[in-house]
This record gives sequence, C-alpha cells and structure tokens, in this order.
Amino acid sequence: MFQATSLTRRKQLSEFIARMVFLLMTLLMVVPLLLIVGYLVYQAWPILSLDFLLSNPKHGMRAGGIWSPLLGTIYLVVISLAIAAPIGVLAAVFLNEYARENWFTRVVNLAVVNLAGVPSIVHALFGLGAFVLFARLGKSILAASLTLAIMTLPVIIASTKEALAAVPKAFREACWNVGATRWQTIRHIVLPNSVSGILTGVILQVSRAAGETAPIMFTGAVFFKAIKEGHLFAYGLFDQCMALSMHLFTISTQVPDVPKALPYGTAVVLLSTVLAVNALSIIIRVRLRSRRKW
Amino acid sequence: MVTPGPMVEIANLRVRYGQREVLKGISLEVGRNEVLGIIGPAQSGKTTLLRILNRTLDDVPGVVITGVVKVDGVEVRQVQDVFALRRKIGMVAPLPVGLPLSIFENVAFAPRMAGVRDRSELEERVERCLRQAALWDEVKDRLHSLGTRLSGGQQQRLTIARALSHDPKILCLDEFSIAIDPVTTMRIEDVLKGLRSQMTIILATNLVQQARRLADRTGFLLNGELVEVDRTEVIFSDRPANRRTYEYVNGIFG
Amino acid sequence: MEKAARSIQNRPRWEVVAETAIEWLIRLCGISAILFVFGIFFFVFREGSGFLFHGFNVREFFGSPEWYPNSQSHVRYGALALIAGTASVTVLAMLIAVPFGIGAAIFISEFCGPRLKETLKITIELLAAIPSVVWGFIGLTVMNSLIINLFGAPIGLNVLNGGLILALMSVPIIVSIGEDALKAVPDSYREAALALGVTRWQLVHRVLLPAAKNGLLAAVLLGVGRAVGETMAVLMATGHAVNIPTSLMDSVRTLTATIAAELGEAPAHSNHYQVLFIIGILLFSITFVVNLAADLIVRGVRNK
Repeated sequence: MFQATSLTRRKQLSEFIARMVFLLMTLLMVVPLLLIVGYLVYQAWPILSLDFLLSNPKHGMRAGGIWSPLLGTIYLVVISLAIAAPIGVLAAVFLNEYARENWFTRVVNLAVVNLAGVPSIVHALFGLGAFVLFARLGKSILAASLTLAIMTLPVIIASTKEALAAVPKAFREACWNVGATRWQTIRHIVLPNSVSGILTGVILQVSRAAGETAPIMFTGAVFFKAIKEGHLFAYGLFDQCMALSMHLFTISTQVPDVPKALPYGTAVVLLSTVLAVNALSIIIRVRLRSRRKW
Repeated sequence: MVTPGPMVEIANLRVRYGQREVLKGISLEVGRNEVLGIIGPAQSGKTTLLRILNRTLDDVPGVVITGVVKVDGVEVRQVQDVFALRRKIGMVAPLPVGLPLSIFENVAFAPRMAGVRDRSELEERVERCLRQAALWDEVKDRLHSLGTRLSGGQQQRLTIARALSHDPKILCLDEFSIAIDPVTTMRIEDVLKGLRSQMTIILATNLVQQARRLADRTGFLLNGELVEVDRTEVIFSDRPANRRTYEYVNGIFG
Repeated sequence: MEKAARSIQNRPRWEVVAETAIEWLIRLCGISAILFVFGIFFFVFREGSGFLFHGFNVREFFGSPEWYPNSQSHVRYGALALIAGTASVTVLAMLIAVPFGIGAAIFISEFCGPRLKETLKITIELLAAIPSVVWGFIGLTVMNSLIINLFGAPIGLNVLNGGLILALMSVPIIVSIGEDALKAVPDSYREAALALGVTRWQLVHRVLLPAAKNGLLAAVLLGVGRAVGETMAVLMATGHAVNIPTSLMDSVRTLTATIAAELGEAPAHSNHYQVLFIIGILLFSITFVVNLAADLIVRGVRNK
C-alpha cells in the first residue's frame, strides 16, 4: 500500500538534484579559495621564517623581512581600537538602553548603517581632509589610527548592540523594581553579561583594521621608513609608519624585480594574522556561549 | 508626627497606551497594613494598576496617565527621587526571575545599589530576608551559587526576598503563583500571612480563592473598570453590590 | 530596624555625580555616528568644493570618456570611462555572486545539517575577513596567470579578473544577509507546504523565495554597495587603462582605483586633487543611496 509511486520517485529525484546543485554552488566558492590559499603558502614557503618577521626590508625592499610594516600595523590596530572600542560600546549602550523609540533614534540607527557602508577610499579622503589637514595632525600614525577608528566604529556598535540585546529584559525589570538606576543596572547586570559578544565584535575589527590599505595610504602609512629592528617602541605617535597591507601593495605593484617569495610571504603573513584573529574570536564566542549564566 | 491617611490613594486614574484605554477612571484607597486583593480576568489592567505605583510604566512608549496616584501621602509623579519611591514598594512579577548573580548577591543587590557597604549589615539583611521568604533553609549552604539555577518556586521566593531587602512599606504581588507549583504557592501564602502586620500588601491574582484566603478587602477589576471594592466577605457572599462580581466569583464567566 | 531604613537611602555624593557624568558621555557617544556621517560628507565636500563651483564641467565629467588630468595642453576630466569601469566590474561581479550567493544561502538555510551548517558559516565568515589588498594580490598573481593561460589573452588584468575577484568578495555578505532573510520566513510556511507534500525545491522556489524576496533584495543591494566601494582589489586586478570596455578582456579603471592611484601625485589643492575629492563625493552618494534603500527594504520586511 505504501510502495513508492512514480510520482514519489520523481519527487525524490528532484529533491536530490536540488540538493546537489546547491551543494555544488556552495563548494564552488569555498574550494577555489582553499586552493588559492594553498598556492600562496606554497609560493611563500622558501621565505617564511622568524627572521622574516623580525628583520627590516632591505635593498629597496627586494630583500630582508617585514619587521617595520608588521610593527606599524600593530601600532595602528592597537591605537585605532583603543579609540573605537570605548566610543562604540558606549554608543551601543545608548542605542539599546537609553534611546526611546522615536524619529531621532531611527536617524541615529540609519547613520550607523550608512557609516558602515562608506567605501574605504572615501574614509581615506575624509581622514586626509579632517585629520591630516584640518586638525593639522599631518600624515601620522595618529591621523591614520583615527581614520581607521571611524571605519571600524559602526561594526563595533552593531555587534555590541546585539550582545546587549541578548540579555533578557526581565533582568532589567527586576533591577528597576528594586530601585536600581538605569546605569547601575547596566553596569552590574547588563554589561558583565554581554562581555563575550562585545569582545567578539572588537576582535573581529582587529583583523579589519590590520587588513585595510586605502584609509591609511594617505593619512599616515608610507612607502618606506627606517626603524630599529626588533625594537617594540620604534615609532612615535606623530611619525609616519609602514604597514603590512600597504607593504604588500607596494612590493607587488610599485617595486620592480622583487624576488617572487617576498610578496607571497607578506601576503601569507597578513592573511594568516587575519584568519588567526578571526578564528580566535569564533573560539571565544563558542566558549563563552556555553558559560552563560542563565 | 505620624501621617495618618491611606497608604495608597488613587482617584480617577486613567491610563492609555496610545489609543487603547487600559484603565478607565479608577478610584481606590488602600489602608495601612491592609491586604488588598485585586481579582479579574486577564487583560483587565491589574498589572498596569500595580506598575503605576512604582512608576515602571514611564518607559512604555505612548503611555498617557491622568488622575491622582498617591503613595504614603505623596503624588508619585511629583516625587523627587523615583528610586527611593521604588524602594518603598516591593514588586513581585508573574514570572520568577533570578538575577545572574549568586543567591547572596541577588538579595544584597538592592541595599548595595542604595549605598549600603557594610559587609556585616548586608549579611544580616540577606539572612533576614531569605528567612522571611521561607527560602533560607534550602539555600543557606549554597549562598554563592547562581540564582538563575534555582527552581521556579525557589526563584519566586528569591524575588520576594529581593523585594523585602529594601524595607518596603508596600508589597505588590502580580499573579505571583502563575508559573509555580501549588505547594510553593501555599508556602508563599503563608509567608504573606506572616508579613501582613508589618506592611501593606496588594495582591493581584487570577486565582479568586487566593484573594478569599488572604485579602482583607477585595476589588474586582473588569476591562479597566473597578466594578466593585469591598470587604472580602461581602465580595464573596451571595449579595455583592454588583451582579457581575457574583458571576465572576462563581465562575459563570472569566 | 530604623537604623537600617535610614542607611539605605545613602548613596555617596561622588557616586551620583559620576553616574550623571557617564550618562552624558553615553549620550554623546550615541549621537557620534550622526556626527561622523555628516563629518565625512562635510570634509570630503570641503576639499573638492573649490573647483566644484568654479570651473568644474558637469557635462564633461559625466559624459566624456576622456580623462586627461595631467595633460600639458588640454586638461579634461571626463569620468565616463571610469564610471563604465566601475559599472562593468560591478555588474559582472553581481552576475556571478548573486546566483551563487543566494544558492549557498538556500543550501545553508534549507538543505543542510547542523554540523555542516556551522562549518560552512565559519568558512563564509573567514572568507569575508580576507583583506582587500590580499584579494588584489590574488588577482594580480593567481587570477592573472589563470586568465592568460585559459583564455590566451595578452594580459590578465581586466574586467574579467576584477569581476571574479569582486564576486568572491561580495558573496559572503550576500550569503549572510540572504540566510537571515530566509531564516526570517516563519516556520509555519514551511510546515504548511511540506504538509501538502511538495518537494524541497518546490518549497524553496514557490514559497520561500517569494516570501523572503525583500530581504534577498536587500542582500543584493548591500553586495552592490560593497562592490562599488571596493578599492584595493580592483586597483590591483583590473589594469590601468582608462577606457570604456568593449569586452571582458579589456583593462579598465574604476572610480575608486582612480582616486587611490592619482591622489598621491596630484599637487595639494590643485584642480586635479579637487576632482578626485569630487569623485569621492559621487562614490559616497552612490553607496549612501544604496545602503539607505537596503535599510528601508529590510525595515519594510520587519514591520510586516
């Protein structure tokens, strides 16, 4: 009585085909990427070493390592996030905890979304006009970091908002019922229980700040700058600096006769840093999700 | 000189959310140390009525409140410190809530936020309130475990302990038994009986018999209107003032 | 008991003051996004406004493909070729990314077990994290040689290269927002359709796609916004020819790449410099409109 009819068989076939087609489409994006990354590592292999990381570029960047760009990127990332994270978290606190549902809040939310969509080169132009020229900071690490901070701000706001919203409303109401102020509730209950989400969002922006080129190209990153090798405090706030992303661009397009492994090596270091940081944030997210207190 | 007069005085209270009127001209008084029961079907406005008292309705978008609402002789919307007002009133919500803190910190939360720093005073307060809420014996050995891991009935008693921790003059309970088992409900009713001499209690409930057991006076709220309020014996007798009261109390509708 | 009642009203003065201060700080940070958006528009406009109002020829800008900012004799700022460059790589990228991206979104949302789903989502997230300069590098090296070898083209830096790279860059955002859109379709739709005995493909094709179309449209719009605004990858992958492309193998230059390539050499505050800022205003406006549209569409979905 329940034998498969031809209609059922046709349906099962159609289902199978659909599943295969979509699977194929998905794999078609993922697999080439893995192959490309593999190829990059293969080409970069001869040059990857600790020495590569710790020594400066030499001979007009046709030899040596990537210490000065690496350090510059670290400076830029740390300073820009030190600026963007507090502002972004507090802005999200405002939007999720204080703002009423009116037209003004809608405008603020719209501004955050639009800020997120601004092209990186426009951020560069803004940084040039506002920080380098108007604020007279000149081309400097500070100007570049400020530019990067504004670029990473909207995503920090969005992910912090999400983390705050995940804390159940019932907790806040219970606090208000016993006479706690809004800020007391936020400080003692909401924020401590959103830390994992906030941290994840901020860490993701580390990889973004490290990878962007355009915003720093005209605001503080420079073709070449000589600094002491292996020295952690080699750059000053108002110095220009080299950066990994900029360095990759430079040696692959602006400098002739660069040995092949060099740009591949730079690309691999940049890529693995970015991917490692992202993987770290994913791990934190998964770990802290299981340690939730409710 | 002690202020005489009712603990709560409400005159011609109207509340609407946007276009929807939820309370339509309520006038009511609650005497000191009295237990007032408020019965009525769902969506009658019982929760709104309670939340007016501690002003947690202020944040609802589009809410419009007119009329007189006085707690302890002072109009609530003109109070200088709304947080002090909220500490005067203990509020127990329908769904049990344990804050994501230790049990000790749950009960110490309100005094801490109000400025109490002395460790020994906090410890004394926590033990006293947990005892009053009939929860002490069950948790005294694990005061540092998470409040959110307690059962529903325990969390509701924890909420009561929290409500008592800031020395309220009024205790409001909004359908407290809706999500807990009957045994815990009876235990909490015993707790309330023990508290009645120390504070005013307003008990909104969907369990008509609960009001009968506990309340001195009972009010019947139907669709935002206070149909009748009188001594409990009258409400539950054969001859309340209003026919609808009789019908609701005896389960003919609701 | 009285002592306790009295002590409980005492918050130290400094604590109250600090709380007021931090709440003002929070409000200030809250409106900062508005300040920055206006700031970006203001400062970019400021650098370009001099020339914009004194000598800038709008018709030439939008209508002429002749871009000769450094000419000694006859300076022209015709951006049509640049606009065509942006348009061509964006359109090609979308033609590839939209079907694959939505296909992947459908697979992850409807056809996938939870384990595989988690893995794929993480992969897409990692794909999204790849910096644009690395994508440019891939275009410059891997894609370049692939195109030269597969198609026998003389050079591999062209519309095809840029379009493929942009497609790979835009796919994650289309997948992630598309998946959100499909997730937002109530399960009751699925249950009702399956109860009627349809296959999964019919469910997707006749029920889910129409129901999620607003969200999917928003996903596509955001992908377009990403593609139009991309700078480094197209700078490195599309070559340096300023001309309107006639085939996929032609090199082009996009609006974004032009700014990046020429700003360093244009003398500060010269006409050339200011025109580059004007291009910046154009880009900002395009992405602003696209993002606004996407947001309005999504909001329309949420209000249903």
